[in-house]
Amino acid sequence: MRVSKRASGAIAMGAAFALIASGCSSGNDDEGGTSANSSDGAIVVDGTEPENPLVPANTTETGGGKIIDWLWTGLVEYPNNGGAPQNALAESIETSDSKVYKIKIKQNTKFHDGTVVKAKNFVDAWNWGAYSPNGAQNASFFADIDGFADVNTSDPDGDGPKKAPEPKAKEMSGLKVVDDWNFEVTLAAPTAVFPTKLGYSTFMPLPDAFFSQGAEAFGKKPIGNGPVSFVSWENNVAIKLTRFDDYNLRDKMKIKDVNVKIYQDDTAAYNDLVSNNLDFQQQVPVSSLAGDNWKNDLGDRAISSTTPSTGIIAFPIYDKRFQNPKLRKAISLSVNRQEITDKIFFGNRKPADSWANPLTPGAKPGNCTACQFKPDEAKQLLAEAGGFTGQLKMYYNADASHKDWMEAVAGQVKNTLGIDAVAVGVPTFAVFRQNINAHKMDGAYRAGWQQDYPDVENWINPLYVTGGSSNDGLYSNPEVDALAKQASSAPSLEASHELFAKAVEKIDQDVPTMPIYFGGQQSGHSVKIKKMELSNVGELDITSVEL
Amino acid sequence: MGRYLVRRLLQLVPVFIGTTLMIYLLVWKVPGDPFAGKCGDRGCPENYRAMMTEKFQLDQPWFVQYATYMKNLLQGDFGTTWSGREVGDIIATAYPNTLKLAAMALVIEAVIGLTAGVLTGLRRNGFLDNLVLVSTLFLIALPVFVVGFVLQWFFGVKWGIVTPTVSNEMRLTELILPGFVLGSASMAYIARVSRTSIAENRRADYVRTAIAKGLPMRRVVGIHLLRNSLIPVVTLLGTDLGALMGGAIITEGIFGINGVGRTVLRAIVTKESATVVSIVVVLVLVYLLMNLVVDLLYAALDPRIRYE
Repeated sequence: MRVSKRASGAIAMGAAFALIASGCSSGNDDEGGTSANSSDGAIVVDGTEPENPLVPANTTETGGGKIIDWLWTGLVEYPNNGGAPQNALAESIETSDSKVYKIKIKQNTKFHDGTVVKAKNFVDAWNWGAYSPNGAQNASFFADIDGFADVNTSDPDGDGPKKAPEPKAKEMSGLKVVDDWNFEVTLAAPTAVFPTKLGYSTFMPLPDAFFSQGAEAFGKKPIGNGPVSFVSWENNVAIKLTRFDDYNLRDKMKIKDVNVKIYQDDTAAYNDLVSNNLDFQQQVPVSSLAGDNWKNDLGDRAISSTTPSTGIIAFPIYDKRFQNPKLRKAISLSVNRQEITDKIFFGNRKPADSWANPLTPGAKPGNCTACQFKPDEAKQLLAEAGGFTGQLKMYYNADASHKDWMEAVAGQVKNTLGIDAVAVGVPTFAVFRQNINAHKMDGAYRAGWQQDYPDVENWINPLYVTGGSSNDGLYSNPEVDALAKQASSAPSLEASHELFAKAVEKIDQDVPTMPIYFGGQQSGHSVKIKKMELSNVGELDITSVEL
Repeated sequence: MGRYLVRRLLQLVPVFIGTTLMIYLLVWKVPGDPFAGKCGDRGCPENYRAMMTEKFQLDQPWFVQYATYMKNLLQGDFGTTWSGREVGDIIATAYPNTLKLAAMALVIEAVIGLTAGVLTGLRRNGFLDNLVLVSTLFLIALPVFVVGFVLQWFFGVKWGIVTPTVSNEMRLTELILPGFVLGSASMAYIARVSRTSIAENRRADYVRTAIAKGLPMRRVVGIHLLRNSLIPVVTLLGTDLGALMGGAIITEGIFGINGVGRTVLRAIVTKESATVVSIVVVLVLVYLLMNLVVDLLYAALDPRIRYE
């Protein structure tokens, strides 16, 4: 998942709804909005400095992720309305058993350097991403593929002093190039959701130039296959992109240039947006949300949208004091989520009432019974659990705006249950994360989740299955594991969703975490933009922009 | 004079080593694994952390890291950021921007501050004197971010006289507002120091002599009075250039300027020691050289001061 560094750790932004800017009501052409002018037009959008060279498999934050999403088009893509993925570069993806996938790609599409996108560009890219000595941040996404364990090894005792052994193989045995336009993927186990994952940026193809230049050099001047090509990257200043005229996979760009201006301070960007010097800001600053100021400032240029993301408070289940599910449920039931979203977020976020964000396909709304506010039941459960001794600490990273809502949650727990709950700020996200990774938390802690790909699977396997990549609280329930495994390997997505719903019922009894709010995004655009849409995760869909 | 200069330049060497060592240690002591927080709430995979730790020698003791850094520095290599960018390139783009901003602030504060100081120093207790007194009090009392946001809001957003942020080209006209904001507090001090200095020297014997000699007032003030009153002001201005460059974090943030301040701030947060130390090293050099220039200026302003 990608996390915005500006609000470091604030779960990032996304939106599932196509929006048509309302500033286009007057259709007169003398404003210069004719298509001839528009097709040479340029826009300036806000951004943050990418933290890594721009390589798809190695980018996990929004600053670089946004650029990568624009530079590349994958096998499938996620429609702006949040629905099921559609084929993009793929001509067809066929399987009979959800284990072996025959993928056929469209012929004669091009990378920005003019070379043709072939099947081997995918296979080579995926092998590079999975090979552990390359250290790609998203390597775990390839874990479904047969032979992953042979190319990706890790330190046997977790953290030093021994080093990870050299992988046995350099290429995954499950990937096979058939010819220029066909390749075959064999998974280690049947996985119905695999084609859905293919739209995530980790699965993008890489041109031959990547392998001759090396990742670091390539990442400074990336070559993709998407609607825009890379022009320049001036550190901390701007990244310039321009229309790729040979693009034929989707709608072509209706404008020519996209300049990403890098801001350190979102208030500076916001002031530029208000005075029409910036054409799009994905998230307006928190300070402008109070009293709906941003709506007054922007008028019909304000865009409010929902995002497939959830703010969560997780329990360290490795700590003895948090091992009783009744206690966890008591704490969860004592939080009045509606009050928090109304008073702290001014209604810009919604109270969470389900385990997976309901914008995600396969997620069922309202299935979190532990998310209700039931003070009496909470008190009773606490008594049954034998009370709570000592201080209940609730940690958050203090370098982003989490203080207010975390203190509100702690206050509610304290008032309802009468236990000594306090919110504790950890100075930086790095220290916060380090303690979580090392399983050294002695209290509940803030977490957040934004879907990587639109399927309920992405909300269960990483978070609540034993050994899941983000199951930091070490929650483990054999029943959940079994159901999730069955669900993941179900022959169809429908069957898979049914089984995940059953797994969620078990999770709902154990309350390993507390979902608190569903994300919302508040964006704005300049008067220059007459029409635009947001992608399923709330980024600007640059191909939709009309001036 | 020559020997003095050489001695001063030699003094720079231990100061240089001392500051780099101290800064390096401080950054090294900042808690947190720089690669723990880089991958968001998912956490970074072990292989990524292992690779980066080895690449940047983070598993070595600090003195090994420091020695490697200094060895590379002496060969003109400032190291790389976590994202693989050359720190040398970052310095080359960020420093000119900050320097432009600081120079603009310096010019504005010198011109406005000195003018106000001279005028009020010559006519004390008049209307102008009181006006300057109150307005400087106001500027000193207000934190720079208040001045910055208020001026940006009125001039940039509300009235639309200037663009709220500075464009990447750093045009001179765009820098006037940020320069004024950055220099505002120092401007007030300069006005006050020069006022006192002028007022005191106004009653000095040599001024009385000059007036008694029948020199025109313009010459008395311009040559005799001003030159002798400038010494404290020059001290202030000289050290201020360094302070302005280092203290521009807030101003740079408000006006979106890609300068040293915000680069170093981000580097501290991400524990990017190569960037922090390199930028601070250059800043220290600027400070030291400015101090030297100020000391040499004393001799030019006041013939009684001589260096051996």
